[in-house]
Amino acid sequence: MVTVMELYQLLPRTNCKKCGESTCMAFAVALLGRKKNVAACTPLLEVNFKPQKEKLESLLLPSAGAEETGLIVHPELCTGCGNCVVACPVDVANDPHGAGMGCAPTNDKVIFKVVDGKVIASNIKECRRFGKSRVLCYACIDPCPTGAIEFV
Amino acid sequence: MVTCTGCALLCDDIEAIVENNRIKETRNACRRGAARMKGCVNRLVPSIDQQPTDIESSIRKTVDIIKNARSIMLFGWNNSTCEAQAKGIRLAKKLNAVIDDTSSFCQGLLIERILQKKLRTCSLDDIRNKADVLVYWGSDAQDSQPRHLSRFSYFPRGESRQRGYEEDRKAIAIDVRESNTAKICKGHFYRIPLKGDREFILALIEALSGKVPVYDTKKMLELAGILKKAEFGAIFVGIGLTYSIKEDFDILIALAEKLPNFNIMPMVGHYNMRGFNEALFKETGFVNRVKFEKEAIHDDKYSIMESLIEKNIDAIMIVGSDPLASLPRPILKDLASIPVVCIDPCISMTSKIATVTIPCAVTGVESGGTAIRMDGKLIRLSKIITSGYMPDEEIMDRLLEAIS
Repeated sequence: MVTVMELYQLLPRTNCKKCGESTCMAFAVALLGRKKNVAACTPLLEVNFKPQKEKLESLLLPSAGAEETGLIVHPELCTGCGNCVVACPVDVANDPHGAGMGCAPTNDKVIFKVVDGKVIASNIKECRRFGKSRVLCYACIDPCPTGAIEFV
Repeated sequence: MVTCTGCALLCDDIEAIVENNRIKETRNACRRGAARMKGCVNRLVPSIDQQPTDIESSIRKTVDIIKNARSIMLFGWNNSTCEAQAKGIRLAKKLNAVIDDTSSFCQGLLIERILQKKLRTCSLDDIRNKADVLVYWGSDAQDSQPRHLSRFSYFPRGESRQRGYEEDRKAIAIDVRESNTAKICKGHFYRIPLKGDREFILALIEALSGKVPVYDTKKMLELAGILKKAEFGAIFVGIGLTYSIKEDFDILIALAEKLPNFNIMPMVGHYNMRGFNEALFKETGFVNRVKFEKEAIHDDKYSIMESLIEKNIDAIMIVGSDPLASLPRPILKDLASIPVVCIDPCISMTSKIATVTIPCAVTGVESGGTAIRMDGKLIRLSKIITSGYMPDEEIMDRLLEAIS
């Protein structure tokens, strides 16, 4: 996954504040957190920064489809084993007699569901990584042997 | 809720959304199951000598072949329902045929000992509710039976294991490579050299008896410590272990005796392999490699491999299996030199060389019935969509009718 420093190296590094952030480093952090868009950096739109702008856009492309919590499921890697469905603490709390026991989810409150052999995420607001009191939870990443789940 | 026939777990909590007599979407099934339920891409057509024909002519030609053969082998059966298997065994009896299935080069040895009650076993539901130590030995369940860990063994919360994998369960992997299952068993992966299982078992028996094993002493004592503390353990024996110790299988029984809290679970691949093994065991006392004469004779020479090498058979009927894809290359010419009848829903390598092909319905999707899960539980299969193809049970009925 792309790092803040990689993004920072591609920015003008003039701390011009035109984007609304106090430094280019702060803008790089905002870019990574998907709070700001590349277009917010007006100097980058100039012709001599074209290669840097294209590189930045290509680096940020994989996180484009991420959920609000930064969750990405790579469907090409997912085997649909359902480890994440059963391991997710939110799924267990919301559906103790279905997903919590390893069976099919019995209600729609669960975050992970397996459809057509691939996992899809829904109810993302229930995720422990969402909201003000969010925690850095790894419960769905750890049981995935193929690395199909990622947070950006 | 329908049953998936992708592997021997026979998950019966699958939702299938049907539109225009086709499965449009599956829910809860793994990728393997979803692919099977959505049906095959290349459907088999009835043919004689590679020339397309109609199904009635194919069946007539099959009857000719099985009637005229001096010694015919009926092979496959692991992708058929229990009902079709029972009729297949009846057909073999009537024809004085040799009958064998893929367990002959798979988990046959292990299932035979389990059915003979030489090894303790339990149900998958017991494992979900009680098991605290799980040993995956020579088995990559994560890839072969994708929902095994999430549905029954490691991740779910069971009656006596409410804290699930986080605190209550420990998974151990013993394998020659770091498989996807081994990646989940972080910190408890024991890598062994190829064919090193025998040495590993002997060292483990020593460690369990309180002796200091010579082989990898530290890790072995650590493993023995975990196994001794287990309240309810399960050893999932994969094909890797079965192949490796097939000459001296009794050392697994010796290990099981040292571990009174452990149960052995065969990791079966095809969805109804155990069904065939149980049916034949009930009928003859053997799980595979049987020739019917006045009574059933069991001998290794009646396995598909030996029969083809020694040219004991002069025709073969293959039901729902693709031996051409899994047998060693040197004996394939022997298979291609005799008349082959192939009964399968899809085009396979075997169907391409077959003298006669008979397409059948995909079991669990286009036809129902029953099958036996890897732990011995009988599961009902559902018919989800209708198709014009005959189920293999009906094909067996037709053949039985024609020869009597």
